[in-house]
This record gives sequence, structure tokens and C-alpha cells, in this order.
Amino acid sequence: FQASRAASLLPQLLLRRRPASAGAFALLARPASSASGGLPPLTTEIHPGIKRGAFSQLTDADVSAFEAIVGGDHVIKDADEVLSYNIDWLRICRGQGQLVLRPKTTEEVSAIVRHCNKRRLAVVPQGGNTGLVGGSVPLFDEIVISTSRMNSLLSIDPVSGVLVAEAGCVLEQLDREAASQGLMMPLDLGAKGSCQIGGNLATNAGGLRLLRYGSLRGTTLGLEAVLPTGQVLDCLTTLRKDNTGYDIKQLLIGSEGTLGIITKAAILCPARPKSVQLAFLGLDSFQAVLDTYRLARRSLGEILSAFEFIDSESMRAVKKNLGLSCPLGEHSFYVLAETSGSNETHDREKLDGFIESVMSMDGCATDGTVAQDAGQFAHLWSLRERIVESLLVDGYEYKYDVSLPLADIYRLVEHMRTRLDGRVIRTAGYGHLGDGNLHLNFTTPKFDAKVLELIEPHVFDWVRDRRGSVSAEHGLGLKKSQYIRHSKADFAVRVMAEVKRLLDPNGIMNPYKVLPDE
Amino acid sequence: YIHIINKADMAASKGLKILVGCKRVIDYAVKVRVKPDRSGVVTEGVKHSMNPFDEIAVEEAVRMKEKKLAGEAVAISVGPPQSQETLRTALAMGIDRAIHVEIPLAQLEKLQPIHVSKLLAKVCESEKPDLVILGKQAIDDDCNQTGQMLAALLDWPQATFASKIEPSQDSKQLRVTREVDGGMETIDVSVPAVVTSDLRLNEPRYATLPNIMKAKKKPLAKMSPDQLGVDLQPRQEVISVEDPPVRKAGAKVESVEDLVGKLREKGLVK
Repeated sequence: FQASRAASLLPQLLLRRRPASAGAFALLARPASSASGGLPPLTTEIHPGIKRGAFSQLTDADVSAFEAIVGGDHVIKDADEVLSYNIDWLRICRGQGQLVLRPKTTEEVSAIVRHCNKRRLAVVPQGGNTGLVGGSVPLFDEIVISTSRMNSLLSIDPVSGVLVAEAGCVLEQLDREAASQGLMMPLDLGAKGSCQIGGNLATNAGGLRLLRYGSLRGTTLGLEAVLPTGQVLDCLTTLRKDNTGYDIKQLLIGSEGTLGIITKAAILCPARPKSVQLAFLGLDSFQAVLDTYRLARRSLGEILSAFEFIDSESMRAVKKNLGLSCPLGEHSFYVLAETSGSNETHDREKLDGFIESVMSMDGCATDGTVAQDAGQFAHLWSLRERIVESLLVDGYEYKYDVSLPLADIYRLVEHMRTRLDGRVIRTAGYGHLGDGNLHLNFTTPKFDAKVLELIEPHVFDWVRDRRGSVSAEHGLGLKKSQYIRHSKADFAVRVMAEVKRLLDPNGIMNPYKVLPDE
Repeated sequence: YIHIINKADMAASKGLKILVGCKRVIDYAVKVRVKPDRSGVVTEGVKHSMNPFDEIAVEEAVRMKEKKLAGEAVAISVGPPQSQETLRTALAMGIDRAIHVEIPLAQLEKLQPIHVSKLLAKVCESEKPDLVILGKQAIDDDCNQTGQMLAALLDWPQATFASKIEPSQDSKQLRVTREVDGGMETIDVSVPAVVTSDLRLNEPRYATLPNIMKAKKKPLAKMSPDQLGVDLQPRQEVISVEDPPVRKAGAKVESVEDLVGKLREKGLVK
């Protein structure tokens, strides 16, 4: 079957989801981002105020020690190779790390970290390097510890749904393995072809289906990590319920690699739905989007698995910059409503009911479509999943990811669009409406410090004033650490600093990230 | 059986009546798995949808209606009860009405193009279409036979692998461009005729919400093979279905010397 399918359907296959490999994902849209011949500027140039910590310098003796731990083949010293580990996916950061280590086992990670702690050498744990806040690359000469070789799936239990894997496993591949057992990974995001589960946990990644399956804080049953002292923390249980003491793994989840390096994870996987349906609607006001969402919760309730909105500017970017086609006419907003359930007939009926309500409701959607096959399904999702990629084609992207009360979500976009009128190529707003999470992006041909000044801290102040979160799911990393107090009380931040001091007395684990400089 | 149309000018008449075939198949994006007993592939609980070439056929019929070349477009599917959903998709794309020839589950696995073409021929007797458009082949069996057999049974001209359909120079026939091994071949066929669609004929539209709603009210008639008087006795027996052989992993070599050494080892060079 396979060969003739491929031969006869080549053009349609080319329209489908972007390829799974990290390399291909990276190749798709990589503009020349700045003055220095295509390389992003050094992060230290963009943030001259950050001073290098009191860490030691790397010596030949250190390199030999690492070679003894992981083997010469897995110590990368070559400048060209090391460069790619120093640049983040958005190409807004460039570090000056000189060395990359690629361990295979937890023991190797432990030995490396123990050595670095003893020698006071700063390190940056790195998974798929798809983070969007500059948290996964060095700033100065930190040593990159890559989890890419720790990519074994350890076990899947088809009855309990528990999957245990090493931190370097790529999310999409884990999902494929889960699929073979009738299960699915509880999270899904645009970076799935490149991001690793360790990084997902470290950033408490949200994604497209948090609405239905909840966050990693709920679906992670256990993990194993190497703490900054080199000690191995084994909390790798596969039990659904275990109220014995403090839940330390919750400290590591979302710590963005500043409290330790996650080496293994046990995830509770839901059953893979037998029927997935997708409705794509065109609407002409944000109020219509909110009304449609309310309708969706009422009529699709238990089977609703995603509710995303896209504004016209984002759709324009995807059409113009990536050449994708939109089956609907021009609208101010577009909504993707996805259902996942165990019975196709029931779900279709529910979806029909939802569509009928949506069409008969005043001012709601008049234009829309329902995906009829997997090809249409993938194409419609790509209109949402590839927005970030399409914006990169404009040049330089300023990314913001905030949580706000639903009614305020688009007010922020309109406010900023007016504020930046004439200074940016575009202001795009889209996101996980169901989670109250707005992705707000601006683009300019090259990095423009004046534009950044107009955006920050204004946009964060606006969010703080409405008690929102300055970072809904992307985390703080390097780029937002200074704004933590916009969404967390000062005392809370000080408690976090105490925890950091306790677990990382020498401050070697991913310095300059998450917590502000103090 | 011959059905002759008296048409001075196709554009001026009330348009052709088109019959479009749709088959429900395993969705082309699904990874097909062979059943452990090797009697076939797993279909239970697997996502099905309209055969992609049939989607193209439906799209062409709807476009011909929009261009006023066709007056009525009817979709037909031969298959299990769930084929109704496939027909609803066709209706949602703009087809006027549908016919479902329902095949009982027991006979479904043994159904072959020869049976389908006989069923379609019988329906053509009563429906009297001017043009039948079928997908060139189904992506599950890759037979590429139904269109040709149907034309032979009806003694109608056939134009297979169509990448373009338009009125001929004198508007009395159809001019069809066909994709063949050597390139493109353009032929004129008189109607009634059977045409099978190839990939580049068009890009099927998405079913819009208003049409999805309208589709529910469009007529969908049911028929059985007995009513049509067609015998579904299988002519072939599937002995086994197997996975294609697994490709053996290659090996990377570090140097030219290594490569030459390995080639020698395998006796490929002296």
C-alpha cells in the first residue's frame, strides 16, 4: 500500500504537517536576523547590564575530566559545532559557551555536574533548544549539557497508561510510541518534532491541549533528576497517588533547568481518542469569539480538546510568508475548535449541534468548515501551529505570552497595535483562548532597541494591572526574569531564592535565568 | 445499452447529468497495519474517509455545475452503512443528491471492481447520466479497474487519468487531457462517457458550514445489490496479506579504505 500511496499522493503529502526531525524544523524559516552576517547579536550586547558570575574558567584539565566521563566523541569543542548550541530557536540570543557535553546516562550527568559544582563551573542544561525565552542557551561561557543522547523509551504500560522515558526523548516520537499502545502524550505543541520531554517538564510546557488534559504538573507522576551538587534525586514513581511527604518533583517542574537536570520522567498518558474532529470558523468580532467559546463549552463540553483563536494579522502572515492557503474568506478572527472522543457517531452529532447553534446565533460564525479527512485536519491545524514560523520570516520577532481575563485578551492586542503603529511590520495576536492565554507578537526587519523600549515594560505593566501573568506558559528564562514581580509577590520571590540557594549553593545551574539578578 | 443525447451545443442545453462514484477507504494519513492472521488489514476503529481521487471527482462535478456545463450531480457509493458519511461529505461539497448501494458486512471484504462496475452499470440504466466520473483508483486496493470495466459494460467511451475536462472545440463532445507515461494526451469523447480523475484535475474544496447543514436535508436513496439484480459472487480469493519486507539498516563507514574493504568483503569488487 505504502509505495503507491506515496507516489500517487505526493503533492498532498507535501502540504501536510512539517517534517518531524529537528533539523528540518530549524531549516524551514531562518531569516538573516541581524547585522553580523546572519548571526544574532551576542546576548551580552543586548543585555550589557548582566555581569558574569564568579564562576571558574574552563581549563584543559576540566575538558579531560569530561572526556573521561562521556568519552571523547561526546565532548564538543569545535567552534562551528558549539555555535549552534549557543543560539536559541528564535535566533534572538547568542551565547559564548565553548563546550558542549552529551552524556548518555544519569550516572554520566551526575559525574559531570559533580565536577562542575566542585570546580564552580556554570552549566546550561539543554534539550531540544526550542524554548522561547532564551532559557536554554548560555549567556557567557557556561558549559552546555545536552540530553539529546538520553533518548530511550523505558516502558509503556497499556493498562495504566504510564509511560517512562529518558529526558532526551523527542515529544513527537513519544507520542508515536504511545499511539502504538492506544495512548497519547497528554501535551501537544508546535515544537513537538524537536522538543524533548525533559525540557517540556523543566518549562511546564502547556500547548494546544492543556484545555482537555491539564498541565504537566498533573500528568507527571514521577521524575529523576541530577541536582546541582551532582546528587541523583530519584522520585521516579509510576504511582497515581502517593501522598508521602513534600512533592519535590513539583519544584523541578517549571524550574527551567535552574534547580537541576531532569533525566527521566514518568507520564500518565490518556487513551488515544478514536474520533477527532475539527471545526474551523471565521468570525468578525472578538465578542463573537468569546460567545463561540461559551457555546463550545456548553455543547461540546466533555469532548472539547482544543479551542484556539487566530487574528487576521496572524492569518495574513501565514498566508503571505509561508504560502499556506486558508479555505475561508477574510475575517477578523478565526477559531479552531477540536473535539476528541471515543465514539465518532456521538461526537459528530455533538459537533453538528454546536455548528447549528453557532450559525443560528446572532453575530456568531457564518463562515466555517469541518475537516473531512486527515489531510484537511493537518492543514487547518498548520494555520495555527506555524504562525510563529511565519512571523520569523518578517525578520526579528518580539514574543509575548500572557494570561489575562478573557475579556481583556484582545484589548491588549489593539492597545499595543496602536502604540506601535508604524514602528513594526505587524502586531499579531492568537492563542489558547480556552486557557485565557494570549500570544502577542511583533515583528520588525531587524532588532530595534527603540521598539523594544516601547514594548517593555509597558506590556508587562498592562498585564500586571489586570492581575494577569507576564508569562503564561513560555517561562521566564533570560528574557523575562526581571519581570517576575509583575506576577508574583516579593516575598514569594524571596522564598524561591531560598530554595535556589538550598539546592544550588554555588549557583552553577543555568545562572542568569528565571530569578532576577540580586 | 446505448443512450444517445441530441445536443447541438452543450452550453446552451440544461447541462449534463453527472454521476460521481465515491468509495469509503482507510484515510490516507493512517498507518495501515496487517491483521495478525494475515487475512487482510485492520479496519476496526481506524479512521476512514473518502478516497482522495473520488474527492477530486466530486470537486470536478461541482465545478462543472458552477460553470453551467452540468445541471445535476449525483453521488453514488457502494459500501457498508458508514458509506453514508462519505456521501454526506460529497453532498456538503455541492452534490445534489446521493445513492447508497449498501453491501452487507459479510460480502464487503470480497467485493471487487467487477461487482462494483456491474452495480454502477445497473444504476446508469435507470439514472441515465451523461457523464460518469470516478476516481482513477482506490488507495486501498490500487486496482484502477472500475472505470474501465464500467465503460466496457455500458459500451461507452472512456477517458481515464483525466487532468482536465472541458467542452470540445465544437461543444458537441468532451475534450479530456489525460496523464499518460509519455506526457499528456488530449482526446475528444462523445457523451455519454466514463471519465476517471487523476491527481492534477483539481484541488478539492473544503465543505463549508452552510453546505454541511444543507447536506443533511439532501436526498440520500438506499439500494441493495439484490434490487439491482447483481450477483456478488467473488471471482478472486485473497490468500494472504503481508507487510512489505523491512529494509535492513545500512552501515556508515569512516573512510574510503573502509568502504573499499566492505565492498570487497561482500564480493562486489575484486
